Amino acid sequence: MKKTYAIEVDCANCANKMEAAAGKTEGVRACSVNFMMQKMTVEFQDGADRSAVMEAVRRNCKRVESDCEVFI
Amino acid sequence: MNRKQRIMLIRIIIAALLMVILPQFQVSGALRFALFMLPYLIVGYDILLKAVKGILRGQVFDECFLMAVATVGAIALALYERSGDYTEAIAVMLFYQIGELFQSYAVGKSRKNITQLMDIRPDYANIEKDGKLEKVDPDDVSVGTVIIVQPGEKVPIDGIVVSGESSLNTSALTGESMPRSIGEGSEIISGSINMTGVLKIRTTKEFGESTVSKILDLVENASSRKSKSEDFISRFARIYTPAVCLGALLLAVIPPLISLLLGNAAGWENWIYRALTFLVISCPCALVISIPLSFFAGIGGASNAGVLVKGSNYLETLSKTQIVVFDKTGTLTKGVFEVNGIHHGTVSDEKILEYAALAESASSHPIAKSLQKAYGGPIDRKRVSDIREISGGGITAIIDGHSIACGNDKLMHMVNVSPIPCHSTGTIIHVALDGKYAGHIVISDVVKPHSAEAIKELKKAGIAKVAMFTGDARSVADKIASDLGIDTVYSELLPADKVEKTEELLRTKPKKAMLAFVGDGINDAPVLGRADIGIAMGAMGSDAAIEAADVVLMDDDPLKVAKAIRISRKCLRIVYQNIVFAIGIKLLCLLLGALGIANMWLAIFADVGVMVIAVLNAIRALFVKNL
Repeated sequence: MKKTYAIEVDCANCANKMEAAAGKTEGVRACSVNFMMQKMTVEFQDGADRSAVMEAVRRNCKRVESDCEVFI
Repeated sequence: MNRKQRIMLIRIIIAALLMVILPQFQVSGALRFALFMLPYLIVGYDILLKAVKGILRGQVFDECFLMAVATVGAIALALYERSGDYTEAIAVMLFYQIGELFQSYAVGKSRKNITQLMDIRPDYANIEKDGKLEKVDPDDVSVGTVIIVQPGEKVPIDGIVVSGESSLNTSALTGESMPRSIGEGSEIISGSINMTGVLKIRTTKEFGESTVSKILDLVENASSRKSKSEDFISRFARIYTPAVCLGALLLAVIPPLISLLLGNAAGWENWIYRALTFLVISCPCALVISIPLSFFAGIGGASNAGVLVKGSNYLETLSKTQIVVFDKTGTLTKGVFEVNGIHHGTVSDEKILEYAALAESASSHPIAKSLQKAYGGPIDRKRVSDIREISGGGITAIIDGHSIACGNDKLMHMVNVSPIPCHSTGTIIHVALDGKYAGHIVISDVVKPHSAEAIKELKKAGIAKVAMFTGDARSVADKIASDLGIDTVYSELLPADKVEKTEELLRTKPKKAMLAFVGDGINDAPVLGRADIGIAMGAMGSDAAIEAADVVLMDDDPLKVAKAIRISRKCLRIVYQNIVFAIGIKLLCLLLGALGIANMWLAIFADVGVMVIAVLNAIRALFVKNL
């Protein structure tokens, strides 16, 4: 199950950090951040609770880059 | 500029003005320190805040943290040395912020430019209600609704023209600037612009399934598929910052200790200063931003030229293409049969064609259709009687009282006529009139006008091998290949053979050379998938092609293959330039910094300068018109 979310991030390296942080979140199989389109595509693991996972993704992203936002 | 950027700009201007004014005051001591802290905090307070937040979260290698350490360190050194020279720290912060602002502005601007370039998204659809036009959201229009498109408007949804005539500008979709004329019954594709007349269109798809939605979706998501260069840079960025920081630490500690051991003065201030210079160059931003930006611009420029690339990775593969394999039908040829010649006629060519068209008038075979099309006149079935279809031979009939036989040489022998063999390639239709040979008609698939030029362009672009796959007979295939200048032909292939041949080519090619397969996307999906890169052409609206191919050429023109390759090469050239340039300058600065030749001023100038140049260079990938 793949889903795309809008994000807000100012620098490209921060986007990379977000990608890494989101990818390590539990319930996420893979994550790709498109800095140019300001989008995050998240592939969930089977049976994962999407909204709970996304909350965790947002938390983890904020930890590595306080100035970012994930629009769930 | 958005609000955030405007505020940043104001902060930068105030800080810069203070930097100019403050040195005019001859003050010293604590007052001087307090005064100089004003511009520093104005321009850098958010960095300091983020640095603190970063430490609390254990993010040591955060750019903000490193910038904070570098500048606070420089200020501390100035205090320790009582030099009162705080300008360096402020300048580092100032230029860092200028760089960030430029980056955010440039990226925003180019994002806007590129999406504008792809701006084919229709905002509304017109529906007639009680004699009045009503604008509705295209998402709400159901299949089979009649919508009205006025001159100057975008066609919002795929459909069929019910009434009206007009010419269509499809340049946003295909890059083709010639308008296309359409009338009642024509299929119409969303995203094109209606130019002259009012059109009523019956929709055949929902908005979400329409061409325009699919293309937008494809292009917008293309940069999510990352290329190897991008992966390399993000991996590099991950180790670069820690490595530079470690370098800084070693530089601050080891040389002074060695110096002490040798019995000399340690010179701590000097080495700590050099270490702080390291930290200034530790941000990998210039590198990290320029690569996705280059790909994004390249994909945007390509789509504007009618070449849809489904991902940055495909753009990268495309640039390494050395072998191009064309499927013949529908790619190099139009895939429709046309009358190509009439030879050895004993009566006029028109007459032969007329008889043949009439004799075949009851048939729906593509060959019969092409005869009727070439004849062009009205087909009066009353003139034809006694039509007999001879299986595996052709047709005999009586037309205007003449007995006509029309078919292959087998049929001719059956009616006791000796046919004159033809040297042209294609399907030969012999015609006998009243028991005498009357000539033959050559019907063949027509080569597209640009095919030969396309092959020439590919060779000029340095493609090592151009091959062609076809199910046609050897003689036909060889003739076309030699006309077009194709090196290798694989003829008489069944669809399954094409996959096998592709695999064979993949096995025998050099490892670094990529193999591109160009097909029409209708019946060669397996080959498109198997090749290193699959290019589908003439695919406007064909779902199967967009699914199976990695690159979609929006019009039928094989010339676009060479163009696509050139676009990808330009983009990758820019990517490599940026990688080498940015890494090179950074390493040079590190070296000069370690030797004490470069001070912080130079370091920050170089850092911001590299980023500005790399970003501007990246945007160059957008300009592909004259490639």
